[in-house]
Amino acid sequence: MIKTQYRELYCSSPRYWGGLASLAFIILVGLGAAFYMEHNGHFVTGMSNQIVWGLPHVFAIFLIVAASGALNVASIGSVFGGPMYKPLGRFSGLLSIGLLAGGLVVLLLDLGRPDRLIVAMTTYNFKSIFAWNIILYTGFFTIVGLYLWAMMDRKFEQFKRPIGFAAFFWRLALTTGTGSIFGFLVAREAYDAAIMAPMFIIMSFSYGLAFFIITLMAAYWWADRSIGDLRLAKLKNLLGVFVGAVLYFALVYHLTNLYVTQHHGVERFILLDGGIYTNMFWIGQVVIGGIIPLFLLYSPAFATSRFAITVASLLVLIGGFFQIYVIVIGGQAFPMNLFPGKEVLESSFFDGVVAGYSPSLAEALLGIAGVAVSMILVAIGARMLRVLPESLEDPAEGECV
Amino acid sequence: MSINNDQPDLQRRDFIGKTVLAAGAATVAPGVLLTVANAGSDEGVSSAVRWGMLIDTNKCVDGCSACVEACDKENGIDLIERPQGQSDEMWNAQRPQWIRKVKLRDTQTGEISNLPMMCQHCEHPPCVDVCPTGASFKRADGIVMVDRHICIGCRYCMMACPYKARSFIHQDIAEQLTSAPRGKGCVESCHLCANRIDAGRETTACQDACNQEGHKAILFGDLKNPDSEIARALKAQHSRQIRADLELNTGVRYTNV
Ligand code: SF4
Ligand code: SF4
Repeated sequence: MIKTQYRELYCSSPRYWGGLASLAFIILVGLGAAFYMEHNGHFVTGMSNQIVWGLPHVFAIFLIVAASGALNVASIGSVFGGPMYKPLGRFSGLLSIGLLAGGLVVLLLDLGRPDRLIVAMTTYNFKSIFAWNIILYTGFFTIVGLYLWAMMDRKFEQFKRPIGFAAFFWRLALTTGTGSIFGFLVAREAYDAAIMAPMFIIMSFSYGLAFFIITLMAAYWWADRSIGDLRLAKLKNLLGVFVGAVLYFALVYHLTNLYVTQHHGVERFILLDGGIYTNMFWIGQVVIGGIIPLFLLYSPAFATSRFAITVASLLVLIGGFFQIYVIVIGGQAFPMNLFPGKEVLESSFFDGVVAGYSPSLAEALLGIAGVAVSMILVAIGARMLRVLPESLEDPAEGECV
Repeated sequence: MSINNDQPDLQRRDFIGKTVLAAGAATVAPGVLLTVANAGSDEGVSSAVRWGMLIDTNKCVDGCSACVEACDKENGIDLIERPQGQSDEMWNAQRPQWIRKVKLRDTQTGEISNLPMMCQHCEHPPCVDVCPTGASFKRADGIVMVDRHICIGCRYCMMACPYKARSFIHQDIAEQLTSAPRGKGCVESCHLCANRIDAGRETTACQDACNQEGHKAILFGDLKNPDSEIARALKAQHSRQIRADLELNTGVRYTNV
């Protein structure tokens, strides 16, 4: 068996530094937007007392969910073994740390009082799933950091498997925790479903892998290194399975909701007459994020096309973004039913009507900056640490059973 | 099964001890200054009382908003300025509304009812359960409120409240009352005029205003004291909690809805 050689990402200066500079620029713009929102208060955003979590939360949740999924490749490699995935483990760990950090930055900067970060870190209400999530996130950084170390340092070789297992379970807990944030909102019909937590786990697999494929291909393109067809085909098939599973879970979610009579209203809203949310569901989530990628991934016409894989991964991410948007914003826009059997004639507070939300530019810039934070961390990490194999050419015959 | 199982159980409670304690609590905290200090803490508050409200929707008048205006004034909400050029819709969606009037029509019978909606002061408040820092808390006397010193503005409590009772402060506050401190980026909601109660008063601003208009739709008092007017009223007539199915045991009850 050929030993995998890892080497820092070292690429021709202009390409690498240019990339870093543009990411840094996006981040600066996002920070400016965050400052603008904090300085003026949230009235400059589209958020209100009706839609209390807006676009920044969509970005943040999307990144956090993807973070846990990005670790999948490492888990497959070192927990379940497998020569195809093993060399990719280190990068997978780095990417998951980057994505989580990006998501948390957005979450933090969207708080009403981000200056009270210390309060958030020191005053806990242990009944709150949110507080548990803060612990889960901190733990994730620690465990994945150790895991990376164990993968990279030969002296810690023997810890690799146990830490790998720990990371595997921790990240399942993390996604369950993220999904449960919605599970606790009993009064809001859209979130009142037990399937929410497993659905978030499968969503994380899919988004995480899509991010992984894109960043991996980008990194190898930046560095002029090569990836074998077989290896990519493996990743691509796995992505196909995950995308299919996400679609399946969405189907089950809506079917079970349709089964519960008092949820018919919210189902009608998402599936039929919710305007923008209905469009986002069908066009964004189902077609762009599901059907087209599946076609690109499985059609023999694109069997060896790397371009098709990239496009499919990008579409999975876009579709995933819409999916989270529909869950977070759509779920809030649908009115809570305070008075069953009654129709609201008048209210100064939008009781009984669909709440409006048009995100402001600043919110979008902050969210995009979060993605840039993730990417810049990965780019710098890959440059400083030996996470990427020199070559990802396919293993020789017989090695990959 | 009894129809009135909504109501707090008074029998099992020894009320003499409680009334003594309640009277004690009322005398311990005189003076406005102490009230302000108390508003964010549990000190001097007794679990022998549970403050609550009974709203008779039959008496609540269509088009009257005396309670809302009184609340706005009492808590300095009317001092908050509308950002320049903001649309009516956005202003209504973003300005704090501790109490709001809602007009309903029964889809079967066509019966119209009017009622004020505010924080229901749940015994098992979801807003308190979800708050990561514990800023959202329930006092021993049943009042649910936000400690604005540790609220980080995450708005999770707003997501969790089934009654949309909470407001986030979306802009800078130029002017405010010492009795009702507020700050940009924090969440707030009706606290049953805790400042007045802690100062020994026994009515809320909305109740006073409603009485002044002659409607008397709002009755405020101690649910745990079987001799209080509210406890007797709850015993005498059928009342309900909004969204009783969530089993939050709200402190605010409604009749005739
Ligand atoms: S009504 Fe809402 S804000 Fe008031 S205690 Fe209940 S959950 Fe909390
Ligand atoms: S907004 Fe404030 S009171 Fe509400 S959950 Fe967050 S920290 Fe608690």
